Amino acid sequence: MSTANAEQPAATTGRHAHQLPLLRVQDLHKRYGATEVLKGVDFTVDRGEVKALLGPSGSGKSTILRLMALLEAPDAGEIILDGKRLGVSVSGGRVSHLRERDLARQRTDIGMVFQRFNLFNHLDALHNVMLGLTQVRKVSRSEARDRAHAMLTRVGLAQRAGHFPSELSGGQQQRVAIARALVMDPKVMLFDEPTSALDPELVGEVLAVMEQLAGEGMTMVVVTHEVRFARRVADEVALFDSGQIVEQAAPDEFFDRPQHERTRRFLEHVH
Amino acid sequence: MEFDGTIFWDALTSQEYLDGAVLSIGLAAASQVLAVIIGFVVALGRISKHRAPRAVAGLYVWFFRAIPTLLVLLLVWNAGPQLFPALREDWFSPFLAGLIGLSIVEAAYMAEIIRAALLSIDDGQAVAARALGLTPLQVLRKVLVPQAIKVALPPTGNEFIAMIKYTSLASVISLRELLTTAQVGVSVTFRYAEYYVAALVYYLVIVSLVMLLQSWIERRYRWTSTVPTRRFLPPSWSRRSPGAPGSTGTPNAAQEALKV
Repeated sequence: MSTANAEQPAATTGRHAHQLPLLRVQDLHKRYGATEVLKGVDFTVDRGEVKALLGPSGSGKSTILRLMALLEAPDAGEIILDGKRLGVSVSGGRVSHLRERDLARQRTDIGMVFQRFNLFNHLDALHNVMLGLTQVRKVSRSEARDRAHAMLTRVGLAQRAGHFPSELSGGQQQRVAIARALVMDPKVMLFDEPTSALDPELVGEVLAVMEQLAGEGMTMVVVTHEVRFARRVADEVALFDSGQIVEQAAPDEFFDRPQHERTRRFLEHVH
Repeated sequence: MEFDGTIFWDALTSQEYLDGAVLSIGLAAASQVLAVIIGFVVALGRISKHRAPRAVAGLYVWFFRAIPTLLVLLLVWNAGPQLFPALREDWFSPFLAGLIGLSIVEAAYMAEIIRAALLSIDDGQAVAARALGLTPLQVLRKVLVPQAIKVALPPTGNEFIAMIKYTSLASVISLRELLTTAQVGVSVTFRYAEYYVAALVYYLVIVSLVMLLQSWIERRYRWTSTVPTRRFLPPSWSRRSPGAPGSTGTPNAAQEALKV
């Protein structure tokens, strides 16, 4: 499947796992029909690192999150989380895609937050957060209730636990969505343009929760248009364009001394 | 005007009418429940990713919507025992034949209602549930079906009311349901008005009860917290529900649209 990187053996679990990056994406390819959305993407995310992915719409940055969340299978390439290759089973050199049931188990290590919140409309905030615990983690209802409540408190929504999604503002819905992913205790949190669907005055409360999360040491990959957030919170910023990473660097480097013409042009538009 | 109130009242309060009504309701309810179960399976086939279940389910819906229910009942009751000797036994009652015939036809209609209901739920919720680690069956049970029920309730209420009246077709397979009871009364006495109006009253009462039941179930699917008045709501919420004073609950899209 993958090419290149012969010197870097993929799945090495065990002794030195803590020295490896927590998340490694290697030569990821994806096409939809005739459109090649990802043309070989590589990057790594260290434990506790916050990585911001910028780029024009249609550049493939949301697709890469969907692949990392195992919601779709890549055409080629590897996703390695904590030393374990995801989405496939390798036996005797043969690589086969996992069935949906087995994928479901692997997804519990990865938290995903969507642009449009995607809360369950028939459940109040508390039960939105509880569902993964009771159904997937098989936690008792009373314990799930306690943990969900604690998580809602953490995102500042303890008072809204009994409210349904239709009764919450966009910012509140997105904070519930963050709590819903976070309560599963994932190894990494993926954010797909978490503030793009929000009214401007509601963006801040969501970014504040994310910044707090980053401060607590959560490993995060954030697709965003919020340049100021990326500069302040991210450890590394990458620019996506036409299915490839054009440039990636620490925020200061990236924003103040971009190496690539494409990055400079992109930054002119968003600043 | 010749309307004999006594004959009417006697018919209305007779054991025969009550039995007929109970039989109609029982047959309709059992058929509807069975139809929902079969229809759910057929609906899943209709929206399947795979060709084979899609084709089989499509064929089912086409076939049973195409042929008259009356013909299905006659086939089940008369042609069934002819073709399958096992059906010539006593246990194969008119009620059972009616149940089979009505439910397999109704299942075709329910399949379309359930399919539409499942498709009406935005895909994002299923994606979010998968991302949490729910298995496909859990996504269906915990996320899609509870919301599909809300969408499917009003049309299913329609279907059930129609079903109660469809049970009168079972007269052709010698089931003494409500309308047959009236017909028998008429054929003996020739008091058309009294016996028919008594049946009419029964249907009105039965359907009214069904409508009450439906609205009671629908109320359980409102998905709003029971915050009593607007005073206690957050600004973002009251801004979005500027309804009349004392109104509770968020207006839905249709209510919102009609206000303009």
